[in-house]
Amino acid sequence: MNARIEAPSSAARPGPPLWLLLELTYRCPLHCVFCYNPTDFANTGQELGTDDWIRVLREARSLGAVQLGLSGGEPLAREDLEPIVAQAHTLGFYINLITSGIGMTEARIKALKYAGLDHIQLSFQDSTRELNDFLSSTRTFELKSQVAALIRKYDYPMVLNVVLHRLNIDHVGEILEMAERIGAQYVELANTQYYGWAWLNRDRLLPSREQLRRAEQTLQRFRARVGEKIKVFFVVPDYFETRPKACMNGLGSVFLTITPDGTALPCHAARMLPGLTFPNVREASVQAIWYDSQGFNHFRGDGWMKEPCRSCPEKTRDFGGCRCQAYLLTGDAANADPVCDLSPHHHLVTEAVERAAHSGAGSARKPNEKVLLFRDHRSSIPVTTLQPD
Amino acid sequence: MSAAVSATAKPAIAHGLRLQWEPAQEAHVLLYPEGMVKLNGSAAAILSRCDGIRTLTDIVADLERSYGVAGLSDEVAAFITLAVAKCWLEIRS
Ligand code: SF4
Ligand code: SF4
Repeated sequence: MNARIEAPSSAARPGPPLWLLLELTYRCPLHCVFCYNPTDFANTGQELGTDDWIRVLREARSLGAVQLGLSGGEPLAREDLEPIVAQAHTLGFYINLITSGIGMTEARIKALKYAGLDHIQLSFQDSTRELNDFLSSTRTFELKSQVAALIRKYDYPMVLNVVLHRLNIDHVGEILEMAERIGAQYVELANTQYYGWAWLNRDRLLPSREQLRRAEQTLQRFRARVGEKIKVFFVVPDYFETRPKACMNGLGSVFLTITPDGTALPCHAARMLPGLTFPNVREASVQAIWYDSQGFNHFRGDGWMKEPCRSCPEKTRDFGGCRCQAYLLTGDAANADPVCDLSPHHHLVTEAVERAAHSGAGSARKPNEKVLLFRDHRSSIPVTTLQPD
Repeated sequence: MSAAVSATAKPAIAHGLRLQWEPAQEAHVLLYPEGMVKLNGSAAAILSRCDGIRTLTDIVADLERSYGVAGLSDEVAAFITLAVAKCWLEIRS
């Protein structure tokens, strides 16, 4: 998720959780390689009920939460989505629905409009299968374009979100044309973040520098032709950078996620971080969770930092980067994000990029789904058995 | 960049965006898909008058009356032009 929120940075007293993301369900009709949901999702507990979600909304709103994302899994799998939206609207949230479109009907989109839904993000998660179908004008294209037509008919702003990686990045031109055809106003081309499922498949998914360069050229031509009519956000994979991204102003600064079973997380991937305990909204108020819990306080400020971050003048700008990436690559979540070229572990990133460049990546290579791990219950394994490089 | 906004233009908050007061931030914010901008006082004063009914001239007159100052028209026109370019405002006719 790209939270485009500008918030004041402050180490002392954390500001409010401006961005609230409710993962309403793990149920999802798709099986995505790039899914952010934890790899051990088969073990997760029961989903929260309607009343619990509504209490979370009320408590978070009173702290100052204002942007609300409703995602999953597939949030349309929840039959109480409409009453949840209605309550959120009454409370004053700006409500974003993040959906694959599967399960969307005219009756539902109309009811959601009536309930006060502000915006719909139509996502392609399973890009090797779903996106290919879409691009070759088969069933998935029909589904997405029907949903897109409904989104336009009911006058929602429409964001099209496509997760990019080696196997589809050469199709950026076609993706943009499709976006234009179905009437999207914003397109997010987010490169895969390498944690969760994508981490397990990283060496198959990381694009080459050459692929990236071509994609950027295609994008420039599109922008020159289409102008302001469609805004395209293109996020380069941070493996190609020498400074890490700023991780939403640091963990615990603006972003609060609640998972289907009620666990509160400062980032959708944070459950992998060892030594942190994350409270559950069944047992604690959102206020206590946000301001007083160990899981949310641990990575606030800069007391947790190690060298080279601790004495680095740039630490107020990037907060040492992504904690999850630091943990996955170095085995210690308090290390500098190895994307940073000041990190003694930076070679882990450059080596991965090297491998990508030499493994015959490119459009010529046919996506081989067998070598990718798809998200289904059978291949869902406890994330704790994963070892960092 | 877009041309300057004319005196008879009727700016309105762009479709799908919402302007609202947030007590927790002690500020007006402009909400849009997956993001928001926190507005300073003068930006909020201008945007909250952009209702698609009043013209630029009306908005300037109203601001000058409310704040008891004169000569705001250039400043207001410049901000509205910028806000249109950022797609915060759209012009209704
Ligand atoms: S050393 Fe740490 S704080 Fe400094 S630029 Fe690198 S990641 Fe950021
Ligand atoms: S810790 Fe990493 S994965 Fe989590 S929000 Fe920050 S950048 Fe994203």
